[in-house]
Amino acid sequence: MADSHTASQYGLAHHFESMEQQREAGTLGMWAFLITEIMFFGGLFLAYLLYRSMYPNDFAAASSHLNWPLGFVNTIVLICSSLTMALAVYYSQIGKKRLLLLFLAITVLLGLTFLVIKAFEYYDKYTDHLIPGFLFDWEGPGNPQRVQMFYWIYFAMTGIHALHMIIGIGIMLVLIYMASRNRFTPEYHSPVEISGLYWHFVDIVWIFLFPLLYLIGAHEAH
Amino acid sequence: MGTEALEIAPPRTHYINVAYGVKSWLLTVDHKRIALLYLASVTLFFFLGGAFAVGIRLELLTPQGDFVQAESYNRLFTMHGIVMVFFFLIPAIPATLGNFLVPLMIGAKDLAFPKLNLLSWYVYTIGALLTVVAIIMGGVDTGWTFYTPFSTNYSNGNVLLVGIGVFITGFSSILTGLNFIVTIHTMRAPGMTWFRLPLFIWSHYATSMIFILGTPVIAITVLLLALERIAHVGIFDPQLGGDPVLFQHLFWFYSHPAVYIMVLPAMGVISELVANMSRKNIFGYKFVAFASIAIAVFGFLVWGHHLFVSTQSIYAGMIFSILSYAVAIPSAVKTFNWTATLYRGSISYNTPMLYAFGFIGFFIIGGMTGLFLAALGVDVHVHDTYFVVAHFHYIMVGGTIMGYLGGLHYWWPKITGRMYPEGWARFAALVVFVGFNLTFFPQFLLGYMGMPRRYYAYPDEFQVLNVMSTAGASILGVGYLIPMIYLIWSMRYGPHAPANPWGAFGLEWMTSSPPPTENFPETPVVTWEAYEFRPYEETEVVGGSGVEEADIPEPGPRTRH
Repeated sequence: MADSHTASQYGLAHHFESMEQQREAGTLGMWAFLITEIMFFGGLFLAYLLYRSMYPNDFAAASSHLNWPLGFVNTIVLICSSLTMALAVYYSQIGKKRLLLLFLAITVLLGLTFLVIKAFEYYDKYTDHLIPGFLFDWEGPGNPQRVQMFYWIYFAMTGIHALHMIIGIGIMLVLIYMASRNRFTPEYHSPVEISGLYWHFVDIVWIFLFPLLYLIGAHEAH
Repeated sequence: MGTEALEIAPPRTHYINVAYGVKSWLLTVDHKRIALLYLASVTLFFFLGGAFAVGIRLELLTPQGDFVQAESYNRLFTMHGIVMVFFFLIPAIPATLGNFLVPLMIGAKDLAFPKLNLLSWYVYTIGALLTVVAIIMGGVDTGWTFYTPFSTNYSNGNVLLVGIGVFITGFSSILTGLNFIVTIHTMRAPGMTWFRLPLFIWSHYATSMIFILGTPVIAITVLLLALERIAHVGIFDPQLGGDPVLFQHLFWFYSHPAVYIMVLPAMGVISELVANMSRKNIFGYKFVAFASIAIAVFGFLVWGHHLFVSTQSIYAGMIFSILSYAVAIPSAVKTFNWTATLYRGSISYNTPMLYAFGFIGFFIIGGMTGLFLAALGVDVHVHDTYFVVAHFHYIMVGGTIMGYLGGLHYWWPKITGRMYPEGWARFAALVVFVGFNLTFFPQFLLGYMGMPRRYYAYPDEFQVLNVMSTAGASILGVGYLIPMIYLIWSMRYGPHAPANPWGAFGLEWMTSSPPPTENFPETPVVTWEAYEFRPYEETEVVGGSGVEEADIPEPGPRTRH
């Protein structure tokens, strides 16, 4: 282990003995971070589950007002971005710089597409006066107070998810910059791999959010 | 320990004198320097939180409200709790001693993510500054628990600002925990297997598990609280269909394990002290190691014992009660094993060991009274009384701060390269012991007689015990000020410390005092078990080049000086 250590080895931080150790540390660090993220979102999921079970009909009525086709398109967009991210990781491993750049760029574009669609959805909620606490006016079925609670949880969950998307896009842009400066080699590509873990995680959160917020019980209200 | 008899030349360059100037400290990525930054910060907040405690005890000197009235008193105990819990007790041992020692003890050059480590200090500082601003603007009156709907709808304190401060500071804990876990997994020196790790490392591993599993939950809880206070949608407001008990569940899901964040690192310190100061291998190493993990795991399953008088179902209460009893098992394993380690040990009654003895005694009292509180029926009687206050102070102050001070004295020679004055230190340890008991033991009696917590006034018959408690608090305050003074004094005037002044076991004693920036001249290779005390002749000497004769490590301690 120690004999592979040379002070000049590219990309090796001073306090690590070997590239292998550094890569392990980075990967484990990201997994540990993702566990904290699960716990962070977990509080929101708990609040959602509690109030969904307390007020199923009001939540279903509120849920049916969400634009599920847009949510569905966004789900497809994110699943595709996970694929392009995985391809970017693969091409960084085998050292194909141009393909790496291409797939990172597509990932960024897909991420932006998601955010733009999300912004349209948010704007619709604004025009429909469904901003909880500030501009809320519910005429449909169900108790307006409970419906407002649904939208409050909806905005908290999707808002925090969107924030993660924005951070992810920022990370992708940094990766593109680094890749364009030839920073990655087949020996040193762990930043791409670790960022990929983060990106997949953010996608998976959406995979849970979409059915919980858009689909479950929505048919009952019609 | 006649260390003054030895003339020790300190190493020429070490981590403290390797660079000078404010910038070299504020931009450092050396875990040892960051530990000192944390040490300064948490000490500051300790004395800030202590100042609020002075206000509380002064008011409680007399039955009526004469020093402050209800409104100010609410703010005093709230700020005391928030400052002490979030800005002192939680980071106290992990971020200072842990930060300093984790890489040293496992033979690493640094933590796995040095820049994240520095970031964690800045995050802590930003959160702390926001809280200080909130204090200056009038503080908060919700109690440190921020219970809803009072905190969201009715409190006129700076709930939002303090909430943001706590939210931000939480991320410094997450970064520290993440760093420790990755470091312990990936940075151990060759030969340093899991079961050769010092128990300090095991307890910090368990603590880090709580950091990364629990802290995000308080983050989202405080965020929901802040959003609710802004928007008033009613997620925690029963008038609007929300459930305030949801807040209590979320809050205690973190805040009960947080108690173990505070006490587990102290247990790690005590394990080191007991083994090294009685010069024996710890009794039942694996049991003590796994007890740390068990406490961390059980700690996540007992939060409901804070909700016995809420709307939580009686069946949930019974389960939480039984699980709370279960925590006593690993805690008792540790206590019994420390005691068994002392048996026929060659015990040094020096300052760190005095604190260790204090810890064990206080922890037994605090832990046993915890069992009273875990019992459903008894808890209904003493819920929200001074019995609870006394119980958790026996753990937090009697446990954590005793461990913290014991550890600080024990590793002070390593941290600063200087010895502290032993006579003064023993005297201070005695003052702390007496002052602590006088402060908090009467509170058990007060609580059992029915004095509720968080009131500025009380019936006359409680006055004698309250006067005793206030008198004890003033003694305790002196006990904390003395180390503050002589430790600062010793940084400049204390005698130089040898590499291993205690003849102790552990990699941190095999490098010079203070250590060089990269910790070891060359990566150590570990060929011995933890606390493998044996005659000096049999031990292997590692380190080698670059270490001066006086600093040659003593893996196995020989004779006592």
